Amino acid sequence: MTEPADVLVRVPSLLRPFTGGREELLLAVEGAVSVAALLDTIGAQFPVFDRRVRDETGALRRYVNIYLGHDDVRRLRGTDTEVQPGQELMIIQSVAGG
Amino acid sequence: MGGMATNASVVLAIGTKKGLWVGTSKDRKTWDFTGPHFLMNEIPGIGIDTRGGRTRILVAARSEHWGTNVVHSDDFGANWTEPEQAAIAFPPDTGAALERIWQLQPDSADRPGVVWAGCEPISVWKSTDGGEHFELNRGLWDHPHRPQWGAGFGGAAAHTVLPSPADLQTVHVAMSTGGVYRSTDGGESWEARNHGISAYFMPDPQPEFGQCVHKIARDAVQPERLYAQNHHGVYRSDDNADSWTSIADGLPADFGFVMLSHPRRSGTAWVIPIKADGERIPPDGKLAVHRTDDAGASWIRADAGLPQSEYNVVLRDAAATDTAEPVGVYFGTRGGSVYASADEGTTFTEVASHLPDVLCVRAAVVAG
Repeated sequence: MTEPADVLVRVPSLLRPFTGGREELLLAVEGAVSVAALLDTIGAQFPVFDRRVRDETGALRRYVNIYLGHDDVRRLRGTDTEVQPGQELMIIQSVAGG
Repeated sequence: MGGMATNASVVLAIGTKKGLWVGTSKDRKTWDFTGPHFLMNEIPGIGIDTRGGRTRILVAARSEHWGTNVVHSDDFGANWTEPEQAAIAFPPDTGAALERIWQLQPDSADRPGVVWAGCEPISVWKSTDGGEHFELNRGLWDHPHRPQWGAGFGGAAAHTVLPSPADLQTVHVAMSTGGVYRSTDGGESWEARNHGISAYFMPDPQPEFGQCVHKIARDAVQPERLYAQNHHGVYRSDDNADSWTSIADGLPADFGFVMLSHPRRSGTAWVIPIKADGERIPPDGKLAVHRTDDAGASWIRADAGLPQSEYNVVLRDAAATDTAEPVGVYFGTRGGSVYASADEGTTFTEVASHLPDVLCVRAAVVAG
């Protein structure tokens, strides 16, 4: 259950080996926080997860999408997009490959 | 298998577009494979490090989704370890991000723990802890030629790193496009060393740098002798890459990606010709390995055991030798066939087929 002061991050199944098997990460926040800051927080605990999602410059990998509600954060302000307490982030791999 | 200890095996690692297969064999004829490891990851770089009494298989695994990492196994692929902190990551001040690891090259036996990597974007890296963490070579990263280096079809990469066994200070690197660079101060500084190598696709066909050298290999006995397969052109240098002379006479084509040298005998090298830049198939659709035993003065064609008709090519790192006696030669095609020779590339046996495109092959003699 998401408390008003939490942000819920949903983890795709392929990345759960790098979050200790967790499919959801609940992050306590005090007010609005950027997607990048949330990923920094997760990355401090799960660095392998972080580098699956972002490269070493902090950029989202090309075929990784993060949705804030129904919005792809790339269509908002990218990893600078602000997330409010109580909102949810969903990480999904996009279609790619051959 | 003459000369190989009865308690020895050969391990053969095959990196493909969609995963890794690891084979072992006592006789280099029958193989037991495991895999795919890292399914849906391309494996463009493999290093088998047999120094220090252990066999470590280093693998560059690249996912289109999740990026590139170096992982290793010390038990022939039963278990894999990915360091918690990335093995290769560009420092923040570079503003760069790792795209692909093209080469994982263990150094000489007397430099245990040292492993080199060649990467895209064009960069060279050195590890002193067996490939778990690498440091960017700043001398090459900050090279004044960098803005003029270009990208071959596969990307802009340092695809070959050859530390010299003769001295700690000498390292050769080949990049596409840029050509051959040499350091004689342990990697502090680098000089272009392409005199004699053609770059027919440039206004000046003999530039100082800018060549698209596909692969270089060092002679086992004479460390100042190197061989190069160029983007059209096959060359040898006898002066540490100061100058290059053509050794393409006698080959059916001077295009190709592979260059292998014998691990013990001077003057022996192998190439696998491709018809031309604009016609990337084996000459006449017939796959063959060509070996020289006189440093390129003459070439011997070998196709025994290879298909009569083959339209897939062999990429630059999809070929390797082992160190058994006689030496084994291995290569894989973009059609997913892998061939092994236990007689120095005279006759071949297909040891794997219908794999995804083969990107990298490495083999080593191991205990057990």
